Amino acid sequence: MTSIQDASVGDEDLDFGYFRFASKAEMLEKSKSYWNPDKTQFWSDSGIPLVVDRREEYFLYDITGKRLIDVHLNGGTYNLGHRNPEVVAAIKAAMTHFDIGNHHFPALARTALAEQLVATATPGMSKVIYGSGGGEAIDIALKTARNATKRSGIVSIVKAYHGHTGLALQTGDDRFSRIFLSERSDDFIQVPFNDIAAMEQALASGGVAAVIMETIPATYGFPLPEPGYLEAVKSLCDRHGTLYIADEVQTGLMRTGELWGITKHGIDPDIIVTGKGLSGGMYPISAVIVNERSSGWLGQDGFAHMSTFGGAEVGCIAAMVTLDICSRPSTRLAVHHAADVIGHGLRRIQASYPDWLTGIRQNGLVIGLEFNHPEGAKYVMKHLYANGVWAIFSTLDPRVLQYKPGLLVSPALVEELLDRTALAIGRSRDEAARSKGVRS
Amino acid sequence: MNLIDDRAKEISRANSMLEVASWASYRYATYNHSAVTRIVEAAAKRGEALARELAEAAVEETGFGVVEHKVIKNLGCSRELLDRYTGFDFATPVVDPHSKTVSIPKPAGVVLGITPSTNPVATVYAKALMALMARCSIIISPHPFAKKVCARAAHELNAAAVEAGAPDGVIQVVEEPSIPLIEHLMKSDKVDLIVATGGSEVVRSAYSSSNPAYGVGPGNVPVVVDASANLKDAARRIVDSKSFDNSILCTNESVLIVERRVAEKLKAELARAGAHLCSETESEALRDLLFPRGQFDTRFVGKDARSIAKAASIRVPPSVRILAAEFGAVFPEEPLCHEKLCPVLGLVVADDFDDAIAKAKAVLRVTGAGHSAALHSSDGDNIATFGAALPVLRVSLNVGNSLGSSGFETNLPPTMTIGTGFLGRSSLGENLRPDHLVHYTTIALNRDPAEVLPDRSHLDRNDMPNGPVPAYPLEGVARPSGMDMRPSVAVPRPGASDPGEVALRAQIRQLVLEELAEMMKG
Ligand SMILES: Cc1ncc(COP(=O)(O)O)c(C=O)c1O
Repeated sequence: MTSIQDASVGDEDLDFGYFRFASKAEMLEKSKSYWNPDKTQFWSDSGIPLVVDRREEYFLYDITGKRLIDVHLNGGTYNLGHRNPEVVAAIKAAMTHFDIGNHHFPALARTALAEQLVATATPGMSKVIYGSGGGEAIDIALKTARNATKRSGIVSIVKAYHGHTGLALQTGDDRFSRIFLSERSDDFIQVPFNDIAAMEQALASGGVAAVIMETIPATYGFPLPEPGYLEAVKSLCDRHGTLYIADEVQTGLMRTGELWGITKHGIDPDIIVTGKGLSGGMYPISAVIVNERSSGWLGQDGFAHMSTFGGAEVGCIAAMVTLDICSRPSTRLAVHHAADVIGHGLRRIQASYPDWLTGIRQNGLVIGLEFNHPEGAKYVMKHLYANGVWAIFSTLDPRVLQYKPGLLVSPALVEELLDRTALAIGRSRDEAARSKGVRS
Repeated sequence: MNLIDDRAKEISRANSMLEVASWASYRYATYNHSAVTRIVEAAAKRGEALARELAEAAVEETGFGVVEHKVIKNLGCSRELLDRYTGFDFATPVVDPHSKTVSIPKPAGVVLGITPSTNPVATVYAKALMALMARCSIIISPHPFAKKVCARAAHELNAAAVEAGAPDGVIQVVEEPSIPLIEHLMKSDKVDLIVATGGSEVVRSAYSSSNPAYGVGPGNVPVVVDASANLKDAARRIVDSKSFDNSILCTNESVLIVERRVAEKLKAELARAGAHLCSETESEALRDLLFPRGQFDTRFVGKDARSIAKAASIRVPPSVRILAAEFGAVFPEEPLCHEKLCPVLGLVVADDFDDAIAKAKAVLRVTGAGHSAALHSSDGDNIATFGAALPVLRVSLNVGNSLGSSGFETNLPPTMTIGTGFLGRSSLGENLRPDHLVHYTTIALNRDPAEVLPDRSHLDRNDMPNGPVPAYPLEGVARPSGMDMRPSVAVPRPGASDPGEVALRAQIRQLVLEELAEMMKG
């Protein structure tokens, strides 16, 4: 394994035992040949030649040894830090007894996790269906809603992002479906975010099984729901017999200071979808938590949806530990403090660059930073990278930077992060100004 | 089959507490003096209000000590501590135009307070309030034997502090102490200072933790009565002090040394004050009872004089409060010159004052160097000689040592943590005070008279950069009605008393007694 000490030689010898590359350059070449040429090239072109090697706490290390504070966290996958020791210990212990399990049979860990998810979810939840990724879980949620309502219509938000599997893809932006000749079918309706009239119109037709909503649309740059918007959507759903599916893949698991972001709105959804951080970034697992009204097919034909890896038992144990850590009062308190201190810090930075950092969207540790340039967040991302911070622009609104510090950040790390952020924002502003991007 | 690694679980419990403590200290360190005063007052008043209830709970849980005396200590470490430090300011910068310096207080940060079973509540009070005065957060790690009452005390003080505006978690407590958890806390780089009060073992491990630490050594207090003393007052004070809390404190007198010239008179006064002076055979019986095979029998820790007399078949009147057992030579092989955590006082007659000093030093060679000695005298020469000769850092003069060296009946700083200094293998040589939890940044100006300090009003500012912790939730989010959104670290639960728990308590009790026995040997 490489480490910071041998980084100087490491570049020439990336020997991991199971595999080896002669150099970073060779690795990147092979990444293009065998994996994904466009993506690989994109990051090189963006000034982010990152190949993640070591990862621990909230740090990523490039194979050259460069350290980055991770505030992307893959959308919350690493909420509890990379390789959180508690989660790692649980997985190691689990592997002495469990494997993925047999998806046809009732299973120990799957049942135990389901009970815990139901117990910690919003009131009225009743059962859990498992997947191995967010998109798969979204598909399950949508199928479940269709079964429960005997309707096929699905309403989502323009610029929503729920994943790239079959049905999930249909709820999203056609940037991702057109290329695969998989554009939206007529069952899938999209309405602008925060537009309650449009929602009302979409539901009025009567054929809508479910509205699917990210509590705060992530890939769209975390625009905050206007006060009362989500609540109004929920009551429209109630009025029209439509289910409300809360996609909590990014906003769940204490990110907002509550285990599920939707509870801050006082909404009891019919279905909650969770993934990403559910197992501490150590073992793929996702879950759909459904209320009694939605759970009909599980009584009627339990074999109707199958997934070999869905609810893999090792993942279930990782998820139980993660759920426990996320729901600790100490974690909630830490999020409250960190959110407040980071919020203050960002507003101080904004006061220095009001014409550049034009907006701060924040709910707990879900933070979007809005810049005065159509691709502003790409500039900031690059300068953050140069200054030791990894945060990513919002794919569907590159003006906005996704800025998601970990739940367990220490005060000292918060201060360091804010210092680095201030510098990077200043420098990105200068660069964007040079390329005449800033409108003032 | 249990797959869980218990050690890992304990470490994660410790880490959760450290996260909270770090944030609480980060926030609280920026509070100004008036905010701190409000918070300290609120916590101290809560402590005062619960002084009796928790004294009763402590005696009930540990099985030692005297409720009335614990009430005195609990009030001392709440109301009195507050009174004594009223007007003291450990938060505001101090500008000194003469020395051309500005001193800016910097709190230690996260304090780990290790508290003993003998003074459970009072020590929790004292450490927590001092931490609050110094703008630190504190994690209390109580002795397992007193964990419930300590948890209760800590939760109550935290709640009062939080109601007065402190960040939640400013005072936390380890509810279920375990070795891996405490080891992890001690070694953690998130702990900024350990303040350890308890047995030598705990103190030594605090010092070897690699974290900054104050640990204090054991006491074994010699008290000397010279020929110039008011014997009646001395006798009364010694008996009161020796019987205080059934003598489980490190400050209770251990061996009384009296000048021969006044020995008989003093003995008569002692008897009048409530001491039973044992005959030679009775002393022998006591020795056999308390030190079978030379080792203290911990069943007698904190038991009252009459029940000990009964156990040794010594007939005493009901008014007896202490037993005094005379012996000749002060050597380590004499059990009665060791610390006795019960109201049995060793008694030695000295040829003259010089001999008394020699004998007092011999007592301190057994254990207790750096701690305390007491003197009853009105002779200025003797007082000076005594202070110079004895290897202790405080001498209680004409006062019982129990409340004398802890500052409740003297003007020493009131405390439950008595620094034994270099003499007693500690870095703390004084009674623990709030300012021991603060260091100061000193801005020092050029001595050149041409350089003058700017206007002091700019320099003695102390602001709260981030402000107090905001209410929950932060702005921008609707708050569901009827839901308590206030983050709370730990909700105190009434303790269960299932059979497993009872057995566990018995086991812990045994461990504690063994530990105490170990302490006595050393
Ligand atoms: C809100 C939301 N839902 C669903 C998904 C899909 O998850 P996955 O990538 O695991 O399929 C994502 C992924 O980014 C997401 O952000």
